[in-house]
Amino acid sequence: MPLLRVIVPKLYTARARIRQPGSFSKGKTITIGTIGLLFWAVVFGVLYRMLRYFRGVEEIGPLLAGKLLGLMLLSFISILLLSNVITALSSFFLARDLELLVSSPVDWLHLYLAKLGETMVHSSWMVALMTVPMLAAYGIVYDGGLFFVPFSLLVLTPMLMVPAVIGSAITLILVNAFPARRTRDILSIIAVGSAGVLVLLFRLVKPEQLARPEGFQNLLDFITILRTPTSPYLPSEWAASTIMEFLVGDSLDPLPLLLLWSTAGTVVVIGAILHRFMYANGFTKAQEGSERFVKGSLWEKVLRPFTRSLSVAKREFVIKDIKLFFRDTTQWSQLILLGVLVMIYLFNIRSLPLFTGEEVPFFLVTVVSFLNLGLAGFVLAAIAARFVFPAISLEGRQMWLLRSSPLDLRSMMWSKYWIGTVPLVVLAMVITVFTNVLLRATPFMMAVGVGTIFFLTLAISAMALGYGALFPQFETENAAQIPTSFGGLVFMMSTVALLGAVIVILALPIYEYLEAVRTQGTVRINATMVTAFGLVAALCVAATIVPIQIGLKKMETFEF
Amino acid sequence: MVRLEGLTKTYGSFRAVDGIDLHVPRGSLYGFIGPNGAGKTTSLRMIAGILKPTSGRVWLGGDDVSEDPMAAKQRLGFIPDRPFVYEKLTGGEFLRFVAGLYGQDGEKVEKRSDELLELFELTPWKNELVEAYSHGMRQKLIISSALVHRPEVIVVDEPMVGLDPRGARLLKDIFRGFVERGGTVLMSTHTLEVAQVVCDRMAIIQGGKIAAEGTMDDLRKQTESGDGSLEDLFLKVTGGAAEKELASILEG
Repeated sequence: MPLLRVIVPKLYTARARIRQPGSFSKGKTITIGTIGLLFWAVVFGVLYRMLRYFRGVEEIGPLLAGKLLGLMLLSFISILLLSNVITALSSFFLARDLELLVSSPVDWLHLYLAKLGETMVHSSWMVALMTVPMLAAYGIVYDGGLFFVPFSLLVLTPMLMVPAVIGSAITLILVNAFPARRTRDILSIIAVGSAGVLVLLFRLVKPEQLARPEGFQNLLDFITILRTPTSPYLPSEWAASTIMEFLVGDSLDPLPLLLLWSTAGTVVVIGAILHRFMYANGFTKAQEGSERFVKGSLWEKVLRPFTRSLSVAKREFVIKDIKLFFRDTTQWSQLILLGVLVMIYLFNIRSLPLFTGEEVPFFLVTVVSFLNLGLAGFVLAAIAARFVFPAISLEGRQMWLLRSSPLDLRSMMWSKYWIGTVPLVVLAMVITVFTNVLLRATPFMMAVGVGTIFFLTLAISAMALGYGALFPQFETENAAQIPTSFGGLVFMMSTVALLGAVIVILALPIYEYLEAVRTQGTVRINATMVTAFGLVAALCVAATIVPIQIGLKKMETFEF
Repeated sequence: MVRLEGLTKTYGSFRAVDGIDLHVPRGSLYGFIGPNGAGKTTSLRMIAGILKPTSGRVWLGGDDVSEDPMAAKQRLGFIPDRPFVYEKLTGGEFLRFVAGLYGQDGEKVEKRSDELLELFELTPWKNELVEAYSHGMRQKLIISSALVHRPEVIVVDEPMVGLDPRGARLLKDIFRGFVERGGTVLMSTHTLEVAQVVCDRMAIIQGGKIAAEGTMDDLRKQTESGDGSLEDLFLKVTGGAAEKELASILEG
């Protein structure tokens, strides 16, 4: 079967990757498996509790459950559409196997179906896995029985197909309009931008207010709103209604299921027709390089004065790294997410209901300001994972040049460290001072916060770089994908452990501080405080030097 | 200028390079030839300090690459077989960056870069990002980068791949000129005509070992090939009965 022949190499590649020694080591499998199961358990647990509660509510219970399912599926379908658009660009236009496939006597329809399948699998597997605990909760709470499993598959398959076809078609049209490389830039900005705006909007509408009972003024209005479908023309609504009917209805209306499958069939046919007439032209356009003349003199003028004190090799290295960052859309567009992350963080601190009473609760503010250290550290770790962790991996293909030149690895490592650390320290200082001002923290807490976060940032940045060298991803071209690897996960876990240790060590002096203020009204720096702060500083310095040394050792063994 | 002593590289139980001893004198153009998978690229990458040898040593101009890598690499210009360059730098910026790695900057570097770009007909693309360069243009840029810091020895892996006839001719002339001024070139190649014309001495490597070594005349004597071309004696040394197989495949 010709279609199978096009797909088989992909299957063999996946099989070889699984069998490759070291690709699925015991520790790695256990870590990823545990985290995955934990995530599933949390999703299942939360939904199970909510659905049990809904089930106990007369009349509106099933309506609420259906509405919730519809909303979840709607968000899935939006994510799927976006991710299919991006994946289709690689699989249909930039993949390395395309030259072979296009030059071989492979029928256009088989090529389309094979690539559509590939796009669908690559962009939908995560969402598909997410639906498992979700639907399991629905199935168990509403006694769906064993038949609920094949029924869910029957409903979900067309729901995954529709965004895959539409996403691929959007990409096809975009590539026909712009060169592929330009399209990739535009898409990554759109993707990151829309993700950022969505998250920001969700936070700014203050969803926590919905939980307050005074929000429901008129029960009848509420039920009416619940009964109205949110988006009657979308497959997510059909899927939600047919699933709820299966679970709680008396008889199953075949219309939503028919609509799902007929829509999926129709869009595949339309997608195939579009592919037939537009693919050849789009593929040709995708092969054209983007012509980009660049005047680098501005960068030189801006950066030279700051790097004058460095040796020639280090200076050129720093300037090169900064230029590459700001010229690569997949890298700088991450700054949008960083902005969103910081804004949400500050917004959350501002929204804390601390100052609602007449007297400012000194104890509460101090504790929040202290725990805020951990939160700020976590935000910084997430930022370091995005920007510092990929630094070594991104050198992969050019390592021949660095290894054959007299630039020593230590210089390279430290140059990369400072490129990442300096902006991170500035950001850390700004958010710590700003949040402490918002919290109206005392000068003592401000000093503790600023000092601790300074040392923590040095350590977090070094850990990101060290782990990045320890778990390099030389084959990944997209910098945004590098932190999502196993090494990125290990880095985040280690950072959380460091933050935990720092908070535990500092808990005692902070407790003494609170006690001193409560009983005497004044604070005296005592031996416990000095020891604890010294210990934190020593721990952070060790967490700075050791990861860099380990990373360096690992880099010496890299072979290219 | 380049000296290898018992150079060995193993991957698990496979010996990619098996105890090579070699001396490339200063001012010579030395050819490293051999069939695919013979160990040429691995040897050159060890010489350039990119791979660590399992055992054995490499000296570049008296400096041990393992013990004093900075001094040894300062003398070296390396040209790999696959032209991976930073895609988001322009050609001019890439040359400035490479010179910087060797501690060189300023007006001299700018002038030298411009001369090299002119020589390889890349001047119109000086301010264009490398991502828009063709394979051949990237190859030319990498060759320029290997020359920008004025090395004493050039180690080059398959220099002619991706070059147009004009570029290939230019490269041969550059290498000859470089050697005549006292430089040393060690190059691996599959293009036997090139090796025969430009190389002073050659080593035929097979199965990770040197099967024959010397000038063209030396090789003829060692292999008892009479007046045979390099291609004839290469096939004789490497046991190439490939022509017969090829004929049978083509005739079906």
